Amino acid sequence: MNTLIEIKDLVVRRDKRQVLGIESLCVHKGEVLAIVGPNGTGKSSLLLTLARLLEPEEGDMLWNGAPYRQHNALAYRRRIALVLQEPLLLDTSVFENVAIGLRFRGLPSNQVRENVQNWLVRLGLEKLYDRNGARLSGGEAQRVSLARAFVLDPELLLLDEPFSALDAPTRLRLLHDLKTILQETDTTTVLITHDFKEAAHLASRVAVMLEGRIVQVGTPQQVFSNPANPQVTAFLGM
Amino acid sequence: MELFNTIFSDPEVLEVTLLSLKVSGIATLISVLLGLPFGTLLALAKFPGRSFLLTVVNTGMALPPVVVGLAVAMSLWRSGPFGDLRLIYTPTAIIIAQTIIAAPVVTGLTSAALQQLDPRLQLQLLGLGASTPQMVVTLWREARLPLLAALMAGFGSVISEVGASMMVGGNIKGSTRVLTTAIVLETNKGEFERAVILGIFLLIITFLINYALTWIQQRGAKQR
Repeated sequence: MNTLIEIKDLVVRRDKRQVLGIESLCVHKGEVLAIVGPNGTGKSSLLLTLARLLEPEEGDMLWNGAPYRQHNALAYRRRIALVLQEPLLLDTSVFENVAIGLRFRGLPSNQVRENVQNWLVRLGLEKLYDRNGARLSGGEAQRVSLARAFVLDPELLLLDEPFSALDAPTRLRLLHDLKTILQETDTTTVLITHDFKEAAHLASRVAVMLEGRIVQVGTPQQVFSNPANPQVTAFLGM
Repeated sequence: MELFNTIFSDPEVLEVTLLSLKVSGIATLISVLLGLPFGTLLALAKFPGRSFLLTVVNTGMALPPVVVGLAVAMSLWRSGPFGDLRLIYTPTAIIIAQTIIAAPVVTGLTSAALQQLDPRLQLQLLGLGASTPQMVVTLWREARLPLLAALMAGFGSVISEVGASMMVGGNIKGSTRVLTTAIVLETNKGEFERAVILGIFLLIITFLINYALTWIQQRGAKQR
């Protein structure tokens, strides 16, 4: 299987405190890798590191086999897309919110319009076209933030608990739609979540993270039925 | 009413008014050119001494114009460090003093406007492929309403000040007399009626400028 990202002996510190110490982790092309772990265990730090918004102090991260430092940080970030827990939409129309990443990349207007309209339709947002992003419901806003990421056709999609602030029916609908889109687009995805059902539903592999370390990686079935050690067992509530 | 007409048709009043708008407009513009980037830096960057600088800027927002006038006058005085520039009692001297008054206002309010945005928005924009300048411009657009308020406050702080203009401009007829210093002069002469009308005139001008800026600001608010 082709590997998009390979992490080796990665150490990340925030405010002089080590938050990540990952010996090895691979993200394969086309897979959805879910990172599960309790709150404060460093999952979001890992995502920010993968987005090159946090710099590791030690270790390396290979992107398509080449050390990530060989890539200019901005050029690297323009190959990925980040979706955070809060949609953080701009105070402008839904169309402009979805278009923003394409505008950052300097795409011509007609191409921006075509791509944005395509993704608005795909995520059922076409009727919200000129509504203000700041006035949407939580579910609508998170759909817009997903459209904003998918429209970039990213090589790597980073999702940081995108459904955690949504009510159950909205979450289920969005989860279903996201799974369909991920299957159709074959987008390599890293999903941060603390919801095991969400991880099992979307991910092809699950990595369990405890205290800044990856302690087990496997298919959802392998991880949830055979925890690697007592800490994972305790975290999974088994 | 007759006095109103006399004053409005008085070329000196027109001259004084235009000079007021010119010096305060230029001072506000320079303050925005300085305060917008500096306030942005204070809001978004983390560096040693940032809190100290924020305190200095916030203190600067309350600078008494006469103190600024005194400092600028001493600097530009013939025997002062910049005396050779021969700027004392010129409109340029008033612009310098008014810039020192307005720049901290614009800087402090810019910094506050950007700090009230969700800090994760920066990460989100960078994570969508924004370069640092693109991120900053997007944040400015997000904070456009309070940033316009910063502009209004900056202009308001200088169009209405009298102490600094008097001290560094000298209230010279046809050269450095602005509306506020003209009001002081008329009051000193006992021409209260003329002083009151000039005061009303100043208020009307300030109102019209702020009305235009508020209209732009609230047009943005309605689009929300």
